[in-house]
Amino acid sequence: MTTPALLRVRDLKTYFVTEQGRGTARAVDDVSFDLYPGETLGIVGESGCGKTVTSLSILRLVPEPPGHILPGSLIEFEGRNLLALPAPELRAVRGNQIAMIFQEPMTSLNPVFTVGDQIGEAAIIHQHLSRKAARARAIEMLKLVGIPDPDERVDDYPHQLSGGMRQRVMIAMALVCHPKVLIADEPTTALDVTIQAQILELLDRLQRELGMAVLLITHDLGVVAGHADRVVVMYAGRVVENAETTELFERPTHPYTEGLLAAVPRIDTPRARLHAIPGQVPAATAWPVGCRFHPRCPYAWDKCVAQEPPLLETGVAGHTARCWLVTEPERRPAKR
Amino acid sequence: MTLATWFALLVAIILAAETVRALRQRALGSERWRRFFRHPTAAWGLVILVFLIMVAVAAPLIAPFDPDRQLDIIGLKNHPPSWTFPLGTDVLSRDVWSRIVYGARVSLGIGGLGALVAVSVGSLVGAVAGYYRRWVDAVLMRTVDVGLALPRIFILLMAVALWDRLPFGVLVLVIGLTSWFGTGRLVRAEVLSLRERDYVLAARALGAGAGGVIFRHVLPNAAAPIIVSAALGVGNVLLLEASLSYLGIGVRPPTPSWGNMIADGAPNIYTAPWTTLAAGLAISLVVMSLNAVADGLRDALDPREEGSTT
Repeated sequence: MTTPALLRVRDLKTYFVTEQGRGTARAVDDVSFDLYPGETLGIVGESGCGKTVTSLSILRLVPEPPGHILPGSLIEFEGRNLLALPAPELRAVRGNQIAMIFQEPMTSLNPVFTVGDQIGEAAIIHQHLSRKAARARAIEMLKLVGIPDPDERVDDYPHQLSGGMRQRVMIAMALVCHPKVLIADEPTTALDVTIQAQILELLDRLQRELGMAVLLITHDLGVVAGHADRVVVMYAGRVVENAETTELFERPTHPYTEGLLAAVPRIDTPRARLHAIPGQVPAATAWPVGCRFHPRCPYAWDKCVAQEPPLLETGVAGHTARCWLVTEPERRPAKR
Repeated sequence: MTLATWFALLVAIILAAETVRALRQRALGSERWRRFFRHPTAAWGLVILVFLIMVAVAAPLIAPFDPDRQLDIIGLKNHPPSWTFPLGTDVLSRDVWSRIVYGARVSLGIGGLGALVAVSVGSLVGAVAGYYRRWVDAVLMRTVDVGLALPRIFILLMAVALWDRLPFGVLVLVIGLTSWFGTGRLVRAEVLSLRERDYVLAARALGAGAGGVIFRHVLPNAAAPIIVSAALGVGNVLLLEASLSYLGIGVRPPTPSWGNMIADGAPNIYTAPWTTLAAGLAISLVVMSLNAVADGLRDALDPREEGSTT
């Protein structure tokens, strides 16, 4: 891609100091990726891989203490390092240029204010609208996110809405100031599948209409397949694979990606027991030495235990994988 | 008591009832206030409070006698209740009913303003401590510990030493500034849990600053404990005023307050119980009404209740 990246994340390290000196949890450990204008970048991985901490780090919302972003990390948005911005300037970016929606629509809305109040809040903060203008804007936004009777719904309290409606309200809140980047942290995990499809469709439509870039964080490869242009696969605080979506699905290179893909139920193959990756994500205080995936990897050999591979070029443009199999492809057993 | 004062009293009772009824009518439009009036005793508490406030405001119309006038120190000393003196007279032959009426001004004023100061300071300190945590929390909470450890009477005695005669404003401030410690702790505990809510994170992600988060997202969600503590606070301040006046360092006689009326009547409690009983009952009535109203308000202000209606 020739256009400059909108958001560049380089060598991001976010560590948490655990209590009673049980060591440091390296939740995000040296993560780099780019987000280009107008695209959707998926970040995929199991729970505990550092996806959410990565997204919180971008807006510096990681609770400090115990968390802290290590010096040397870089999060560059339109040429400015967000990690070095003073607090007032950072607040001017939050919600205005980069907005975020969260996993839990049930708890992410303040129960004591009407949805109109909450949608208008960002407009009051960043655009200094009057209460009346903010209300009008809130109605407009409710219409945009497809809520029926926006004139009446604007005065509803969050508990009067269903989960899907609340997630629409969350999206309306995030988009009030037409941000350039929307970070969606598992936006559909708490919703049932039909609502999930509606919400993702809504995000797609809004992205086209408003021309924003979306960072879609999910553990669901199905969501990624349908909605992301490029994918970053994370494991144990690291990026393990990076590719365009179709490329990733056609030729998954890292065994972890392979495992994730095999674990997705398919409609076009006979019903069989789903594949599962053995074991669990290790604790962030004690990542394995060598390749962090080797204890769960079906192909691991001594080199994987001894030395962690860097992100290696696979030969296809933009496709990198953190696996020694890239250098020694003959070790991978032939596919069935 | 003359016909005019009986009439004024009747008017006050009717007005109080009518005011609350009018409020109730208007409340039908809003679900929130409908919930308030669904509470079994909140409306009664409100009637009593409105009535007492009216009595305090219209004291000259309702009180039959000058509260400080000693009517007949020999003939009317400790006179039992009668039609002329509905609550009897005290040891200095002053009309108890008139003193209750004028005392309402002083006692409700000190109670309301003192509790307002205490709850404002307590909420602010608690919210700041709970939100910022770390050293801010440590410093503020140690201050609270010191405040709770020092006997209040001792601090008040020092204040009395500074001012020969405590002006009303100073008395309110001194009472308020020595009564916020409990509220501060309560609010801090609430804020510690509220600050971890997802909507606080969401608000910060929208660019809200610390002040906006505290005042818009944290404190309103702590409204229930704050309101309850305010209601209990008014009662506590009333009682504190009573004990101060009993010691002679609160409201100075002859100005009537419910506190110093109890003190005045205490020596004759066996022979003339009406002198202490009236003031004591007035204090109890206010505290009970406040509790009922606070309970109703908590029901009304808690939007989580809203699902149960319609």
